Amino acid sequence: MELTKDILLDLHRRMVRIRHFEDEAGKLSESGQMPGALHLYVGEEAVAAGVMVHLSDEDQITSTHRGHGHLVAKGGDFKQMYAELYGRSTGYNKGKGGSMHIANVDAGMLGANGIVAAGPPIAVGAGFSNKYRGTKNVAVPFFGDGATNEGSFHEAANMAAVWKLPVVFVCENNGYGEFTPQAEHQAIKDITDRAAGYGMPGIQADGMDAIAVWEAAGEAIERARNGEGPTLLECKTYRYYDHVGRSGIGLEYRSDEELDEYRKEDPIPKIEKHLIDNNVLTADEIQAVHDGILAEIAEAIKFAENSPLPDPSTVTEDVYYTG
Amino acid sequence: MTAEATTEARQLPYILAITEGVRQSLQEYDTSFLAGEDVGLAGSVFRIYKGLYAEFGPERVIDSPISEAGLIGLGVGAGATGLRPMIDIMFSDFIGECMDEIANQLAKTRYMFGGKTTLPVTVLTMGGGGINLAAQHSQSLEAWLCHIPGLKVMMPATPHDVKGAIIAANRDENPVFVIMNKASLGITGEVPEEPYAVNIGEAIVRREGSNFTIVAIGRMMHEAMTAAEILEKDGIDVEVIDPLTLQPLDTETILTSVRKTHRALVVHEAVRFGGIGAEIAAQIQENAFDDLDAPVGRIGAPFSPVPFSPPLEQAYLPNAQKIADGVKDLIGLD
Repeated sequence: MELTKDILLDLHRRMVRIRHFEDEAGKLSESGQMPGALHLYVGEEAVAAGVMVHLSDEDQITSTHRGHGHLVAKGGDFKQMYAELYGRSTGYNKGKGGSMHIANVDAGMLGANGIVAAGPPIAVGAGFSNKYRGTKNVAVPFFGDGATNEGSFHEAANMAAVWKLPVVFVCENNGYGEFTPQAEHQAIKDITDRAAGYGMPGIQADGMDAIAVWEAAGEAIERARNGEGPTLLECKTYRYYDHVGRSGIGLEYRSDEELDEYRKEDPIPKIEKHLIDNNVLTADEIQAVHDGILAEIAEAIKFAENSPLPDPSTVTEDVYYTG
Repeated sequence: MTAEATTEARQLPYILAITEGVRQSLQEYDTSFLAGEDVGLAGSVFRIYKGLYAEFGPERVIDSPISEAGLIGLGVGAGATGLRPMIDIMFSDFIGECMDEIANQLAKTRYMFGGKTTLPVTVLTMGGGGINLAAQHSQSLEAWLCHIPGLKVMMPATPHDVKGAIIAANRDENPVFVIMNKASLGITGEVPEEPYAVNIGEAIVRREGSNFTIVAIGRMMHEAMTAAEILEKDGIDVEVIDPLTLQPLDTETILTSVRKTHRALVVHEAVRFGGIGAEIAAQIQENAFDDLDAPVGRIGAPFSPVPFSPPLEQAYLPNAQKIADGVKDLIGLD
């Protein structure tokens, strides 16, 4: 596994795409233009990018309530994504899912999910399917530290291990279950401590460093593709915005100092320094990447805002497949 | 099901009709597999899958950990990625262990995704009381499932229908629950040898009659048929309707009957309060109010957990005599 220029550029690009997508969505939500609630992924970009660079459309992921970043990193189209967040019929889910259920099954993105730890059992099903169909594909459930306290996570991890399924469990440990610090919701610091209990390897990566995540995920995904079973990969990371929206519910549950510490570890400037130091991109070229993505976002938002709202008569369509 | 069944028609007990339905489903689709707790080597605690492990191997008849949430998740993930899972939840009482995966994932995924996926998942589970298994292994929880848009729910009463329901469920592109009945495993009936599907959402008129309609769910169909014989002696000509599928419900067949007989009673083994009988009674009254000569009656279990001790359980469960008495009450006899 060689860290080529192309991979570096890919990691950077996926992270910048997530960052700007989320920042713009957060603003639109705050200004009341976008309905519903958004759980923003800003700060955690290195995890989605570092994992997704290894995956094809035939590999599946399951996501969380904080799911936009995963879909962007899996190649999500900005137009269909913003349209979905706006509840338009041109959205990925025709406006029936919204932020918390956004999905693109064709690209192996089996949905954001409003239920904590609902993804891992579904990913186990996809991993089972990959093995049953004789493919080399892997399934990757993303979930947070809080999700590892749910029974469904435990059932999924055990099933994947006992059946040696091609599943890589990626824990985005951002230190909080909603507003509750990790120390108050579990008696362990490292989620990887749990791996031994399932008989699978547990490995850690710095979730604020895309290259570190890329390396660790690559190892785990290769094991899975080779039929050697699942891995629990813990990425310690941090969310810059609140649990919901950019500013949340105004609760003081973490300090500005803590946030500042993690801001210093921002994965995007970090990889940009690496790109410049290694003569991969110049500062101007990096700026051009940002500008290009921002232009694409502006166009996508316009597309979403000009898209039709769903016809109320379609409310009961798609409950059942009717042929 | 016709009365003209020939003597050569093959008879099979309910238990073996289940086995045959699953066997033929596994033969029909290479993408189908059966997973559940002890479904493989043991052929299930009820022995309903006996022989399938040897026939299809551990890759397709899969003993799982005791993990109901994991099992339904397995169905969702495998169903969304090209397979046709058959998931066994040993006792229907255990759906409490996996209700999120049922209600929020299995049922809703297609809708939430804007119709961009199908989930051809069959869930096989054993319901009902009558064999002294007490409060956590005897319940009839079909109303929980019928309330959730996205699921189909079947309660086959006969060997013919349980086989046809399993095959129909496996062929369907939607999640379908087939709630089998543990007290009916020994019931024998005509079961064609070839694969066939019953029609999901189509009720069956089990007995034609002119002056009273009994809508009887699951095993209660057999009790209603016996009640009809009792009532015949009193000159009451009962029509018995077996909905077979509760979601979607064949309201039209029920209404057609009520418009003819002008009286109806709905019977199920589940607790009466909030049971599916309440929905059926409401639909009859909404759609056929002017045709009714009496309020629509309901018979179900009392508002209590299922008791263990045999006399308590017998007191708890509806039966033919209670049904006959209920009909007479509604007519104003005795």
